[in-house]
Amino acid sequence: MDWLGPEEWHAVALSLKVSFWATLLSLPFGIWIAYILARKNFIGKQLLNGLVHLPLVLPPVVTGYLLLMGFGPRGPFGIALDQIGASIAFRWTGAALAAAIMGFPLMVRAIRLSIEAVDPKLEAAAATLGARKSMVFATVTLPLITPGLLTGTILGFAKAMGEFGATITFVSNIPGQTQTLPSAIYSFLQVPDGESAALRLVLISVAIAMTALLASEILARRLAKRVAGS
Amino acid sequence: MSLSVSLNHRLGAFTLDAQFDAPQGLTVLYGPSGSGKTTIINAVAGLLRPDHAKITVDGVTLADTGTDSTAQPEIGARRTARRGIWLPPHRRRIGYVFQDARLFPHLSVRGNLRYGAWFAPKTAIKPNMDEITEMLGIGHLLGRRPAGLSGGERQRVAIGRALLAAPQMILADEPLAALDQARKDEILPYFERLRDALTLPILYVSHAPSEVARLATTVVALDAGKVLRAGPAAQVLGDPEVTPMGPRAAGAMIETRIIAHHADGLTELAMGDLRLLVPRAGGRVGTPLRVHIEAQDVMIATRRPDGISALNVLPATVREIRIGQGPGALVQLDADGHIILARVTRRSVKNLGLCAGQKVFAILKAVSVAKASITG
Repeated sequence: MDWLGPEEWHAVALSLKVSFWATLLSLPFGIWIAYILARKNFIGKQLLNGLVHLPLVLPPVVTGYLLLMGFGPRGPFGIALDQIGASIAFRWTGAALAAAIMGFPLMVRAIRLSIEAVDPKLEAAAATLGARKSMVFATVTLPLITPGLLTGTILGFAKAMGEFGATITFVSNIPGQTQTLPSAIYSFLQVPDGESAALRLVLISVAIAMTALLASEILARRLAKRVAGS
Repeated sequence: MSLSVSLNHRLGAFTLDAQFDAPQGLTVLYGPSGSGKTTIINAVAGLLRPDHAKITVDGVTLADTGTDSTAQPEIGARRTARRGIWLPPHRRRIGYVFQDARLFPHLSVRGNLRYGAWFAPKTAIKPNMDEITEMLGIGHLLGRRPAGLSGGERQRVAIGRALLAAPQMILADEPLAALDQARKDEILPYFERLRDALTLPILYVSHAPSEVARLATTVVALDAGKVLRAGPAAQVLGDPEVTPMGPRAAGAMIETRIIAHHADGLTELAMGDLRLLVPRAGGRVGTPLRVHIEAQDVMIATRRPDGISALNVLPATVREIRIGQGPGALVQLDADGHIILARVTRRSVKNLGLCAGQKVFAILKAVSVAKASITG
């Protein structure tokens, strides 16, 4: 990869790392929140729904600033994390948190839709056959929503790869540490002869996005076929 | 093995208040839609929690929410509707056959069949998979997915899945209602076999008179959330006062034995000392056969008719007459100990001067007995 400078290469690798962990770690929460939004009725459901969707409608800078207030060096969570030596402000882990939060509404939405499409009668049938609630979820609900899970994961990953506003506000733009792909492109465009480097990164962005989309499309088709059992 | 049920439930204007016992054999909850059949079966399954319930299987309590309808609440007693025992569905050890099969689309037929067995207690006596698949004729389907099966095949797999869960009772909610007549005829014999082979109680919801006559050991007739009558099938179906599906659908069930297959396509049956001719029925000579005789197909004569095409003219005694709201009347007849219902007009009752104890003749055209009404 000698056509990529070390700084550019770093940005690509960091973006992939940040997006991977952001998606992986938010997935269990995404499934959990999607499940209770799809299947449970409780006081404050609309509030929870609103909170989950907030990053979608807030300017990313606002989300980034709120993260900074909470998890920054002087924020309550930031101080707590610092004491256990796990500070995330201005580190790649902070970028992952920002990416996870920004991608969360898209992920939850896709999973929730697929859970709502699962016939509760099938779950009732599983219960009559002796499966406790957690087993019903693991053996019936979860396999039936795999296409939705995949869609949600890809959407979350894509959002994480493209996240810029909240990330740059929360963890800044430190080359080699918190400079993700979009931040790197932005930086290269700020310097006089950075355009060719920016273009290379743009091409890489397009390639990653297209690969992810195509792979998910093919996988989703296969999964849907398997789940429908035809 | 027996199931005992006592339920109380209010839902808007609908009130369910039902007590009955389902002994070994097949108990049909029989009534029109809205009579509470499905509410009862879902309460027994644990899928619906009624206001009050006491359900026991073989002395094991599945539900006992304290008060029941017959108990007078003590003055000043606090309402404790949510107290007591209420086992969740997965701990009730039931085999539920739904109307819509509800097979898991993401599992093969084999996976569906094994599903319940995974969760059955280690100590349970598990039925043999090969025996069940052979009995239901689904051995060749094991590798297939439910989406590729016909309605009848799906329902057979659903029956197998319920049996292989090693249940302590079988529940079936109109398992044939979604099938056409040919598929119904395909599935019915399996329920007959279960009824005759299992020692478990089977609770079966139906509103189809011929199905009830063919399958039921015990009938619980329901209307508007109340039990009209519960008891042995022949008794309940032959009671002119109990017509949950209306008098037009009334019909008796008699138990006979095949004594001969005739060359002209008729089968001769023995009901006590009397003989009954019906269209050719399956089964060897000597095997018992249930016949459903619809009340509308039976005529009454006060003298033995002469020169009549109907082949069955049975001497009988009038036991009871129920005059209907409209022009009709239901007459209960005793033909050598077998109960037959005849639906005639009130005018005929008057013209013939019918009264209890009178000797009459019941006339039944052999061809009016439908094939579906004659079974082993």
